[in-house]
Parts: sequence; structure tokens; C-alpha cells
Amino acid sequence: MSGTPYAPHTDDETAAMLSAVGVDDEEALFDIPPDVAFDGELGIEPRTEREIRAECSRIFGRNDDLTEFLGRGHYGHYVPSVVDHLSDRAEFLTSYTQYQPEISQGFLQALFEYQSLLVELTGLPVANCSMYDAATALGEAATLADRVRSTSGDVVLVPGQLREGKRAVLENYCDGADLTVESYPTTDGNADVDALADRVGDDVVMVYAENPTVRGCVEERLEAVGDVAADGDALFVLGSDVVSLAVLEEPASVGADVVVGEASALGLPTAYGMGLGIFACSDEFLRQVPGRLVGASEDADGDRAFTLTLQTREQHIRKERATSNICTNQAWVALRAAIHAATLGPAGLVDLANDCVREAAALADRLDEVRGATAPVHDRHHVREFAVRVDQPAAPIGEDLEAEGFAVHVVGEHLLQVCVTDLNADRTDELVAAFDEVI
Amino acid sequence: MIHDQANYERDGEEVREPLLSEKGEETVDVTDESPLPDDLTRDELTLPAPSEPEIARHYTRLSQMNWAIDAGPYPLGSCTMKYNPKFTEDVAADPNAAVHPDRSERSTQGNLELQYRLQEFLAEIGGMDAVTLQPPAGAAGELTGILVTKAYHEHHGNDRSEVVIPASAHGTNFATAATAGYDVVELPSGDDGRVDVEALEAAVGDDTAALMLTNPNTVGLFERDITEIADIVHDAGGLLYYDGANLNALLGRGRPGDMGFDVMHYNVHKTFATPHGGGGPGAGPVGVVDELAEFLPAPQVRENENVSGYERFEPDHTIGKVHGFTGNWLVLVKAYAYIARLGDEGLSDAAAKAVLNANYLAERIDLDVPHGPFHHEFAATAGERDAADVAKRMLDFGVHPPTTKWPEMVPEAMLTEPTEIEGQSSLDDLAEAFNLAYADTDEALDAAPGRTAASRIDQVSAARNPRLSWQALDGE
Repeated sequence: MSGTPYAPHTDDETAAMLSAVGVDDEEALFDIPPDVAFDGELGIEPRTEREIRAECSRIFGRNDDLTEFLGRGHYGHYVPSVVDHLSDRAEFLTSYTQYQPEISQGFLQALFEYQSLLVELTGLPVANCSMYDAATALGEAATLADRVRSTSGDVVLVPGQLREGKRAVLENYCDGADLTVESYPTTDGNADVDALADRVGDDVVMVYAENPTVRGCVEERLEAVGDVAADGDALFVLGSDVVSLAVLEEPASVGADVVVGEASALGLPTAYGMGLGIFACSDEFLRQVPGRLVGASEDADGDRAFTLTLQTREQHIRKERATSNICTNQAWVALRAAIHAATLGPAGLVDLANDCVREAAALADRLDEVRGATAPVHDRHHVREFAVRVDQPAAPIGEDLEAEGFAVHVVGEHLLQVCVTDLNADRTDELVAAFDEVI
Repeated sequence: MIHDQANYERDGEEVREPLLSEKGEETVDVTDESPLPDDLTRDELTLPAPSEPEIARHYTRLSQMNWAIDAGPYPLGSCTMKYNPKFTEDVAADPNAAVHPDRSERSTQGNLELQYRLQEFLAEIGGMDAVTLQPPAGAAGELTGILVTKAYHEHHGNDRSEVVIPASAHGTNFATAATAGYDVVELPSGDDGRVDVEALEAAVGDDTAALMLTNPNTVGLFERDITEIADIVHDAGGLLYYDGANLNALLGRGRPGDMGFDVMHYNVHKTFATPHGGGGPGAGPVGVVDELAEFLPAPQVRENENVSGYERFEPDHTIGKVHGFTGNWLVLVKAYAYIARLGDEGLSDAAAKAVLNANYLAERIDLDVPHGPFHHEFAATAGERDAADVAKRMLDFGVHPPTTKWPEMVPEAMLTEPTEIEGQSSLDDLAEAFNLAYADTDEALDAAPGRTAASRIDQVSAARNPRLSWQALDGE
């Protein structure tokens, strides 16, 4: 009889255990009424390891081998080997949430260090040890705004230029809190602060801005956006990513109450959209934070020790009055981001971010020289990515570029978007040549 | 068995692995370096700057201070800590699978095919008609399922405001219902630990959107009256939601769809052996019956026979999105590999061995188990002892203790789920750890644990005086 390869029972042991329990066979242990029991076939053929590796390798081989110039919230940077090797240590990878802190000090300290990294990058004193991704973190920020803001309002204001999928996730979180998502206009890729100021009133509980924006633009009037939010007693939530934060204005210095975004730009290679959500906030909202927090304490010997803390916010204690339903999060991805950040150090991280600014500017200049293309569309500074206006319809150009071996975003009828990082910067000559070819 | 966790001493004094920041930080002047104008940058950035060898030692030492399923038993009830087959890591690491989510359908046929195949596996295992892979964790799956439920009722013009949840359910169920904007109606457990059918009848009505149920429930009992329960909920116009946390007990032997459940989530990091990673990432796919398929998140993946390939599509009345992209992709790949490795017989055997192990272990421990017959997990009671103290003492004996003080229907509960991966000798060790700790003196329990990297940690002062970063420790 073939069973699971991951149970160690010999036939003799199984017999001895059944006898100890006092039944003849395993079936006798199941208390499933016959009318709902399943005795059919699932139809899943077991395979060997080797067969599955071959099968999946064959399946994944059906993906085309394209050079990606893609971003819009999911970024690929080179991840050093040491990140894989250390995070793959089974003591990290195969552990559970640290409900018994005494035997889980290692992961707790690593998460405490991850929180500290985010505290430094955001300037805010509280960072949790992960949300699923930037979009769900934004959703959680909206529910926090709903809980903490005394205004009678129910409107969450977001930039007109926002990733559609991110807004869709936000709307699902808002749905349960009876919040409404509305957008405010952007002007040349930045928030239109005057229009925003006109819109913010008693009905607004939260103002969201991104830096960089989904188009890669650096926001130039963040402090003014923060002031507008503060004047309206709305929560100012700022979206960013862990690499950009190394050089862009510190969120705390522009009045951000909450920072959300992606930390997966460190530690995680391109992974079909898998992410690592940032959630940081000011002390004022400490007891309203969603998700897990690691704190420092002492053990019985008086030595410093780490533990999950403020758990009375969480679902397993507070149930329907919890600050969020999140339980399983992205802890291991946070560990990877922290290791990656450590390998870079502050100088390496700043260099990486500055290169994202330089490479984007350089590539935009070159694409601007292609006849029929204008780049960047917005007269702003950019991080990694920028929009390109094309005279011809964008969609066929995107397809033609794909035929040439390159993937770029098609974001409008005559708009493409191109993202350059350390992973594809050495292929920009070919990309520019391909643009020349297809336009 | 005794287990000592890694410890370092200098001059007879214990020394902990320092924080990275304590090994030296550097400050970089950002304005000097940046191509951006000064008013758009931060002034400086201060972070640790360790060398790679220092990083390797730091994280290796930290790992030595961390329990894991590869180190020994980890029988946390409702958490299904089973062995994570190593080859699944290699399958997920295939560079060809590492594509950006905004790539065209045409250029990502491989990923779409794997998504489709996994959807089909899960639908079959759960007895469901359609599956979304997008939710990135179990609780996200719950929220997805309840939002689908809400969309279904709204589509049919039904204004329903309540979700009914048994008192013994996971905390996430209550929080999920609240997040989706529902009022929670808590259903007290019957004397036998199961749903009290009369109480259920009294609790459901025109306002009931759904009953969220875990089956087997959180003390391992199968809800024998499931057909009647389903009828009661359906007759009231509500839907029946299946919390997949305990699906490991039913693999190949019972399918939620056959029991009358309309919507369910799968915890692939539990049932399908993807690593928990110290608290995530997991994945929480959601399965639904036909009538609910049009409300699932977008995009879904289906076969396109015209081009003999796969395509994304938006269900007619989709709730939209629950994750910014496609969910926790790497986790989903590992789950596919695990299911394919086991196949029908392996899955069914996993459930059999999980249930056998729980029953054998319960037989070998000196603690009472008030409710049965249980399946893959049981709730023992520490009786007059404090379950949390017994658990701390167990840490000294080479095992991780079970979940403690939950569910509340069992006083001083120790909710134990050994899973199928433990053999007889390992279960004997686990039982010995239970029994030694349970019988130990009050003094020994108070002083425990003694062999872990840290001794008993003061939770109260951690919460009273929160210090959540190395910046907060500066000056101490």
C-alpha cells in the first residue's frame, strides 16, 4: 500500500498504535456520517519528486523568456545569495509564529530588527512585522482611519493615478467599514494640492498619497499634502517602497501619520506579485495597529529578550473587536528583506536608490530621442520608472516589443510605462533599439 | 529527553547575540549623494553595515535560538505543523516561474497553467466548483469568502446583517465577519462540544448571511449533524462557510462541498505542507459552489480551448481584488508540488495517520481529554495546573508545547495536533514531555523554561512599556 511518503509509520508500528488506541483499523477512528463521507476518487495521480520537478519545469518552460522592464508596484532587484542561504535555514523557514517566545528568540530578534529598519526608513516610531502587500496594508490603513478619526466622514481620498488593483483591494476593505473611496486629481504626475485642499472637508477621514507614484514620479509637495490632511483632521497615509525610502523625504518629516507600501523590493526576487506589506505609524496609533508587533522585554534572569506584544489588539484575543483579522502574515519575507538590507548597509541602500533615479532619467532621455516617443511624460524626477507617450496606439507597440523580447506596461491608449532597475539596466541599449525598430 | 538551546557565555555570564545595530552603525549623508534636489531627499540614513561574514554568523546564531518543525515536534493545535518537503522549495525556485504579474497572458502560459491545475486540485479536494488562489493567507481567504457571500446576498437583493459563529471558532472568524461589516452572533457550544442544533435554529433567521463553521471543530470533533445544520442555515436563506484550518483530518475522506458547504478557504500552509516561515507567508485559496463563482475575485484562470492554452477572465459580478497582484505565488507552487507528490492515496493516508497519531498520543498522556471522538487534534485539560506553565516546562524536554488555554470550552486547554509526520517513538517522547511537565512541582513549573535561550519572559512589562525598535532601546 502506498501512502504519504512523509509519515514514518512502519506497518508494525501502525498495528501497535492501533492496538494501543483499541481499534482494528484507522477507519474506525473517523466519525464521519456515511451520507457525507467521501469514498470516490479525487483523481490525483501521485508522482515522484523527480517527476514533479520535470513536470513543473516543463510547465514553467512555457513562459516566454522576456526581458522585463516592468514595475508598477512589483520590483525586481538583485537579491544576494546570502539572503537565500540564511533565510532557507530550516530553523527559520519551518518555524511557526512565536507563541512561545523563550524558544523563538532568533526569529523574534530578526523581526525586531526588521521593524527597526522600517522605523529608520520612515522616521515613525512604530512598524509592524508585516502585512501581506502594499494593497492590503493600504486597506488596513483605511480601517484604522475609520477607527481613530473623530470626523463624521466616510471618504478616503486617493490619487487619481493609482494602480487599479490596489484601489480594488482598498475598496474591499472600505466596504466593511462603510467607507467610500474617491480620487483627487493629479497634475503632471503629482498630487494637485489645490484641488485636494478644496476637496478635504468634514467628510474625509483619510488622505492617501504615494512617493514615488505609480508612474514613478517623485512627489514634490508632500508636506503641503500633509498639511491639507492635518487641517481637515484626516489621517495622512503615505505609500512608498523600502528602496525609495532610503533617499526620498522621510515620511515623518512631511507629517505622515501612517506609512504603507512594499518592502519586497528587498529580499524577494520577481515573484509574480508576491509581496511584503509595510505598516508604520506614529505612537498615537500604537494600540490600533493591525498585525504583529515584536517588543523588547526581559526574561527571568534579567536579560533582554523579545516577545510578540500588545496582542490584545489581535484577533485571537479580541475577536470581532480586533484591529484586523490578520493572523498569518509575511514574516519570512520580512526576514529576507532585513538580511538584504544588512548586506547593503546604508551606503549600499542609498546607492541602489540613487541608481534607480539615475537609470530612469538616463533611459527616459534615450527613449525621448526615439522618433514618435516622448519620455518622460511628466516633468518630474523619477524613481525606476516613467511613462512614455507614443504617437501610435500603445497596445500594438507593446505587442511588438514583446515579439522583440521585451515586456513593458501599456497604461493608456498612447501611454507605455518602463521600469529600469539593476536587473535590466544592462539591457537598455537593446530596449532602445527595439523601440526604434517597432515605432 | 532534554533539549538545550544554543547559548553563548563569556566569563561565566550569558551573552546574547547582539542586535545588528549594536555591532556598529553607519550614517550616510543622503543629500551629498543623491541626483535629486536636496528638498526632495532625506538628510541622512543610519543603519548597520555588517560584512557578509558577520551577517552569516548573526543570522546563523539567531537561527540556533529558534525552534522549528525540522528540529522536533511542534504540535500546535489548529496550526498543522507538518514537515515541509524540501523538493517543493526547488520547484518554486524555478527561474522560469519568476515573472512579473503584469506580463501578458500569451507570455505567461506556464504560470497560468500551474494556477489552473492547482485550482482544479483544490476544487476536487474540497468538492467545490470554482477556486480562487488570490487570498494570501487563511484570514484573507475568510475575508474573501465572506465578501463573496455578501456580494451574493446583495446581488439577490437580500439585506442580511449577521454572521453566526460558534464560540469555539478561531478568532479570525469573528474578526473577519466584523471586517466585512457584519454583526457577529456567537453560538454557544453544546454540552458535547459540537454545535447545539436547537441553539442554531434559534440564532439564524432573516438577518443571517452565513454560518462560519470549522469541521472537525477546534477540539477535533466532527459535526455529526452537519446535514441538519446545512439545512437550517440554507432554509433561513444563509450560506454555509467552511473554515479550512482543520481540513487535514478530512483529506480524501470527506469534502466540504458534499456536506452542504457553499464556500470555504484552504490553508495551504497547514494542509498542504508549505512552510510557515515563522508566521507566514501562507496562502488561503477560496473554493465556492457554482452559484457563487460569478462573485470570485478577478482575475480567474481558465482553459481556452481555441488556442489550447490558458486565459485570465473577470467573473461577471466579481468582488474585485483581495491582493494587489496574484497572491503568494511561491507558496502556491509548493502546495501544487505537495499535492501532486501525495496523490489520492497519499492525501487520504495523511489524514489517517494524522488522526491515528492524535488518538495514540492522547492515549499515552496522563491528562484528561474531555471531548471525543476526536480526529486530528484533541483538547487535553491540565485540570488544576496552569496550562501555560505546563507548556513552559515542556519546552525543556525537546518538544514544542501545544496551543494553550484555547478553545475556552475546555478548562486549561492544551490543544494538541501532532500531524501525520510523527512516528511512534516521537509520539512517545512527546507524551513523556507532557507527563513529566504535568506531574512536575509548582516550583519547577514556575521556574520553567530553563533550557531555552531565554528564561521566562515578562509579557506584562513588554506590553506596558512597549519598546518596538532598536531606536527605542537607545540610551538604555
